Amino acid sequence: MKVSYIILLVVIAVAVGVIFSTTGDASQYVDFAEAAKMASDGDKESVHVVGKLQKNNSGEFVGMTYNPGVDPNYFEFKLTDTKNRTERVLFFQPKPQDFEKAEQIVIIGHTNTKENVFVAEKILMKCPSKYEDKEVKI
Amino acid sequence: MDLLIGDYGHLFVITSFFAAILASYGYYEASKENQLASQSWLKFSRIAFAVHALSVFGVVATLFAIIYTHRYEYHYAWSHSSNHLPVYYMISCFWEGQEGSFLLWIFWHAILGAILIKVNNKWEAPVMAVFMLVQAFLASMIIGIVIPYLNTKIGSSPFILMKESMPDLPVYTLRPDFIAEDGNGLNPLLQNYWMVIHPPTLFLGFAATIVPFAYCMGGLAKGWTKEWIRPALPWALFAAVILGTGIMMGAYWAYETLNFGGYWNWDPVENAVYVPWLILVASLHLMISYKNSGTALRMAVIMVTLSFLLILYATFLTRSGILGNASVHSFTDLGLSGQLLIYLLTFTFLAIVLIAKSWKKIPFENEEPSAYSREFWIFIGVAFLSLAAFQVLATTSIPVYNSIAKALGLELNMAPPATPETHYSYWQMGFAIFIAILSGMGQFFWWKKMDKKQLWDALYLPIILALACTSSIILFGLLDAYTGEEIHYVVKTAYILLVAASLFSIFSNIMIFAKVVRNNYRLTGGALAHIGVAMMLVGILFSSGYSKVVSLNNTGLLYSKEFSEEVNRDNLLLFRNAPEKMKDLQLIYKGQRIEAKGYGGYVNKDWTFPTADPYKVILRKELKDNDVVVFKKGDTLETNPENTFYEVAYVKAVGDTFTLYPRIQQNPRMGNVVSPDIKHFMGRDLYSHLSAIPLAADERDWSAVETHTIHQGDTIYINDYVCIFKHVDVLKNIPGVELGANDYSIVAHLLLLGPDGSSYPMHPNMVILTDQSAKGSIPEMNEELGVKITLENVKPDTHEFEFSVQTCQKDYIIIKAIEKPGINLLWIGTLLVIIGLAMAMFRRYREFVAMRNKGQEVL
Repeated sequence: MKVSYIILLVVIAVAVGVIFSTTGDASQYVDFAEAAKMASDGDKESVHVVGKLQKNNSGEFVGMTYNPGVDPNYFEFKLTDTKNRTERVLFFQPKPQDFEKAEQIVIIGHTNTKENVFVAEKILMKCPSKYEDKEVKI
Repeated sequence: MDLLIGDYGHLFVITSFFAAILASYGYYEASKENQLASQSWLKFSRIAFAVHALSVFGVVATLFAIIYTHRYEYHYAWSHSSNHLPVYYMISCFWEGQEGSFLLWIFWHAILGAILIKVNNKWEAPVMAVFMLVQAFLASMIIGIVIPYLNTKIGSSPFILMKESMPDLPVYTLRPDFIAEDGNGLNPLLQNYWMVIHPPTLFLGFAATIVPFAYCMGGLAKGWTKEWIRPALPWALFAAVILGTGIMMGAYWAYETLNFGGYWNWDPVENAVYVPWLILVASLHLMISYKNSGTALRMAVIMVTLSFLLILYATFLTRSGILGNASVHSFTDLGLSGQLLIYLLTFTFLAIVLIAKSWKKIPFENEEPSAYSREFWIFIGVAFLSLAAFQVLATTSIPVYNSIAKALGLELNMAPPATPETHYSYWQMGFAIFIAILSGMGQFFWWKKMDKKQLWDALYLPIILALACTSSIILFGLLDAYTGEEIHYVVKTAYILLVAASLFSIFSNIMIFAKVVRNNYRLTGGALAHIGVAMMLVGILFSSGYSKVVSLNNTGLLYSKEFSEEVNRDNLLLFRNAPEKMKDLQLIYKGQRIEAKGYGGYVNKDWTFPTADPYKVILRKELKDNDVVVFKKGDTLETNPENTFYEVAYVKAVGDTFTLYPRIQQNPRMGNVVSPDIKHFMGRDLYSHLSAIPLAADERDWSAVETHTIHQGDTIYINDYVCIFKHVDVLKNIPGVELGANDYSIVAHLLLLGPDGSSYPMHPNMVILTDQSAKGSIPEMNEELGVKITLENVKPDTHEFEFSVQTCQKDYIIIKAIEKPGINLLWIGTLLVIIGLAMAMFRRYREFVAMRNKGQEVL
């Protein structure tokens, strides 16, 4: 067999490996119910959950705890997913700047089945002001 | 409203588009084998090109004039500039918006096109035919015309009016001729010197990739299937060096300005240019391989084409809005996605057809290359570079898979990897190990064919040196300096392999360099660039693989037991003036600072009064620079209200104390944006950024109002502080308030004493406007203590003064500090790569010129 064929085979093998790792490492957009189910099935993979912050009738945020003086690395809040299910979310980092202003929040992490909370490793916020400039000062 | 200027601009855009089409067609005709007509077609095309280039400059000048004169009736000026914007940032407005950045790209093409016409004789027609076709597609992106009957809009013009772009603004119903007084402003993140030079460099790199592609396509069309290599090679090197420089400038900007903790984030926008760069580097190795030994020409054709198509794909990814949530800095969707897709597909189709038609005519070496020839090793190196590119491309395209699935009626819901750092880095590290080894070995084959013995003679010294250095690095414990989480042994093995491979590449290329530089220093570009790449790899390995969070917080252990695995302690809370220990350092947060025009350092925010104009503050204390008074008390300072710096002193028990000023920018587009401050040491950087600050004063939770009615000399308690009411003054003038002849101000002098003996004077005051028989309180707030005191009332009959006191959380910051060892190797390596590639470029260009002057351009 010619050397170039062997090389070609190796290249193809690596490329296939790349494709498998892409699909394997790719995360998923799920809701809280699916996230909980995945966790209870023993799936440790991180998932993306899209949701909104919970507000009470007078427009105040509920269930948000951040006491930097006690622990700057502990932030807790409640998120309502697209299917209207609300869960407690823990984030072991400081509360992100402008968190309240976010229109939509994507949390990346997994459900902790023992404590029945979602532990977020990353938070992505979509702020209404981010790319739009619809405000005109008069 | 005089709208002539925009009409001119629009006319220039339209002219440039049609002139580009004419030039492309003219050059196509001129490239045909018909000597007589081709001369007149050539003349025609050059005129068309001149018209095109002049109109492009016209567009740029018009748009700049609109921004410079603050013509906010134009949407582009309103949306990307403002009255306060300095002139040198006005050019940055060009690349904040999508239309402007296309314009920049077109502008570079116009300049490159002029150079190509100047330096080529026989190549001019075929190359420029391809070139101007691309240019026409680009111009169509900003043409902004609606095709009648079809009702389709082509392109997005930078000259549309506010009224056309936002016709629904309520103000237009009341005042149809409304013009905004101030613009929306340039994103403050882009108001940075790197952002003045990084985008033009990157776009020049984008623009340059078209040149080798145009030579290749022109060559195939003309049947000069191998002759295109020589003129294209210096351009491929030019594109590689400029694109590479642009990418690394962006990395450095991100490192200095953003807070994700490093220079590279595997963001789709970064990946989208990294992939074509890798392919470009691969294709340039193939071109050199062909020049030296006549092999790999077909591969070179494919890779050059691919590098250009990947630039188009990158454009499509970042500008079509397809990335959506997946990226932090893609452009807004301007509805150009269809047009961008047509652009990409047209050139993919044309290139495939042309390559397929000429395939048989492309010389091909049937013989298997020997394992002792350089072609063999180059070929393997190219395979690894391509695989590395493919890996990044496959994952970056995840949002595209979702869109394709959606178009087919499927719901894919694929999200990018949750930990992109490891997903990309592990793969890329694996490829990098091989690439480093190959770049060390390949160089030896550069000069002659070798046999086993010669190879070993050349290789044993760098191998021994590399192994010896790697062993001592391991022995000195540099590879387990990480005190945080344990590194997996597989990862650590890969680290060791990468260090060894990079050192091998460095040593062997130094040997080559030493050998070559004696004969002709001009030929050392390759060796230098390879040393640079290997140094970059070592720099990346240490600064990323061994970056270490040093701001560990060991106090807040309240909630953590349940989540022992997931908890992190990476952020440290610092109350103002309360020292906190971090490693061998003590950190003291000293307070908020602002910038002042005409003063070199930062100004303590507490020493200033705000005014109605956010860009101006009044000084409360003398401002000195080395004992020279720069500003007096009561002077008005010009400042930049977006930026607040937080002074943090890093005090060492022994040795130097230094101060860092991490920044928070109140960015109207992006909310609060955190920027780090970096202390550079020889062997490492200390990188600190804020993770959180208290809410703005009016959003905080204030305690209930406490009222104290007291005499001068009395003492009250506020939280842990003793507050002494010393005396009052009556003043006729106070800074920032205009007082009439009979008006005056009562200033109360209070002194707060802390439990540790520190004292804080506070001066709330009250303005009495006698003529209007009105009064107003000006409260004073001490951020550090979280205390606000207002002088509410004065009772002249009882000599009593009424104060109201409110308290809140004391001022604090939460800081994260990361140590990045070896990062300087990355920057030094980058410089070497740039120098090496540039040297190679000049060398190859000289070869091209020499042959051209002999009349052997196509040989």
